[in-house]
Amino acid sequence: MSLLSILDRNHTIAKPGFSRWMVPPAALCVHLCIGQAYALSVFNLPMTKLIGITQSAPGDWKLTELGWIFSIAMVFLGGSAAVFGRWVEEGGPRRAMFTAALCWAGGFFLSAIGVYSHTLWLIYIGYGVLGGCGLGIGYISPVSTLIKWFPDRPGMATGMAIMGFGGGAFIASPLSVWLLGKFSTATHVGVAETFITLGCVYFFFMIVGSIIVRVPAPGWKPEGYVAPTESKGLITRNDVFVYDALKTPQFWLIWWVLCLNVTAGIGVLGQASAMSQEMFPGKITPIAAAGFVGLMSLFNMGGRFVWASTSDYIGRRNTYFVFMVLGFCLYCTVPYAGSIGSVVLFVCCFLIIISMYGGGFSTVPAYLRDMFGTRYVGAIHGMLLTAWSAAGIFGPVIVNYLREYNITHGVPKAQAYNNTMYIMAGLLVIGFICNFFVKAVHNRFHMKATDNRGVEPAGAASAGARA
Amino acid sequence: MANANQQGTTTVQLALAWGFVGIPLTLGVLQTLVNAMKLFQ
Repeated sequence: MSLLSILDRNHTIAKPGFSRWMVPPAALCVHLCIGQAYALSVFNLPMTKLIGITQSAPGDWKLTELGWIFSIAMVFLGGSAAVFGRWVEEGGPRRAMFTAALCWAGGFFLSAIGVYSHTLWLIYIGYGVLGGCGLGIGYISPVSTLIKWFPDRPGMATGMAIMGFGGGAFIASPLSVWLLGKFSTATHVGVAETFITLGCVYFFFMIVGSIIVRVPAPGWKPEGYVAPTESKGLITRNDVFVYDALKTPQFWLIWWVLCLNVTAGIGVLGQASAMSQEMFPGKITPIAAAGFVGLMSLFNMGGRFVWASTSDYIGRRNTYFVFMVLGFCLYCTVPYAGSIGSVVLFVCCFLIIISMYGGGFSTVPAYLRDMFGTRYVGAIHGMLLTAWSAAGIFGPVIVNYLREYNITHGVPKAQAYNNTMYIMAGLLVIGFICNFFVKAVHNRFHMKATDNRGVEPAGAASAGARA
Repeated sequence: MANANQQGTTTVQLALAWGFVGIPLTLGVLQTLVNAMKLFQ
């Protein structure tokens, strides 16, 4: 009991003198680990040769079967973030990070057993369900804590953490390849051993994060920071109860803004390699396309920090207006770049597009904080992540099916993506309209001083005055 | 950098915490950059 009590929010309240700059690395400890999800494809090929070793044999798993692992994990990411959001918010970041570490590492261990016994459903449950819950809980665990530590720069603070999720693959990918090389022999593919090692490494990293993390003491504020005394524009000084947020049009408008922005980005992210080679046959080789994908990943990560930090200066709504308008122009430019054969223009368009895809993820927590206050922002953010799950279905479906439709109707491969680009641009127009209609939340949704729903989390340094 | 130099968190602790996450991330980014350069070859 006493051992578990150190996970409580009350035990994570920072003592005087604690530097708030310790919190971003704590958040990064978690996000860099769960960002491994973007590098899961490293295991695809080795897992199709577990029996045949050098090539797939009868009884070996197929790529289509393995593809479900990632899909299940993404569904459980959105689901667990939505379901456990309030629990994460009220229990504090340490308990959430610890739970995420158990789920994430446990997912790897269970998957290792699945690989060892060649039982695919164990991997679905391990990495997909258990790991997916670790993804969802881990993703939202540091968000509200960072916002409370950085009331003067909430965009920058959450941008740093969510940048880690984009950067996790940069560590996981080479590490996994190296471990596979170490554990594989002429008669054995070392996937199970690699999973166990990764599980141990990630558990250690995430536990370090949960030890470092602190919540600010009640009433704490950064030196020199003067909290606004009243709501200004879209930025409220009040809090909205987590489930009341669902009743506001603002939540659903932002849900669609995020969903459409992510749909536009995710659709091209997964197809970037094939798209670049088909639009520029002979000019972009498979090796160059792999480099292009790597560059896109870097811009995806960098955009998360840069755009979220920028939103602290120009405002969240304006940042999304930039995403929609600039994205519209760039998507319309891509077919033109293909028609004149300009690889440089094509690459520049996609790098900026993908930076805004990442920026959409990292700016939204601060957007929610502006609209709904600090108290339940983590839980509300968790529910909003269902937009990500939905976009994960819409984006690839639009790109893949439209390409197939065009090719079967005689459109040359080099032009098969043009309609897709115009449709993506159209989605951003809808996103622009949704963003346009986002106004301040009506004060009937604000929590009152006498409102006793939920437990006031100790250390929740919400500067907001209750309505 | 509020409170960074007051009693509590030391500069060494800050450096360790940032190094703990920063070093692996930097190595990974450098590795990716090297691979990305193939686009321009």
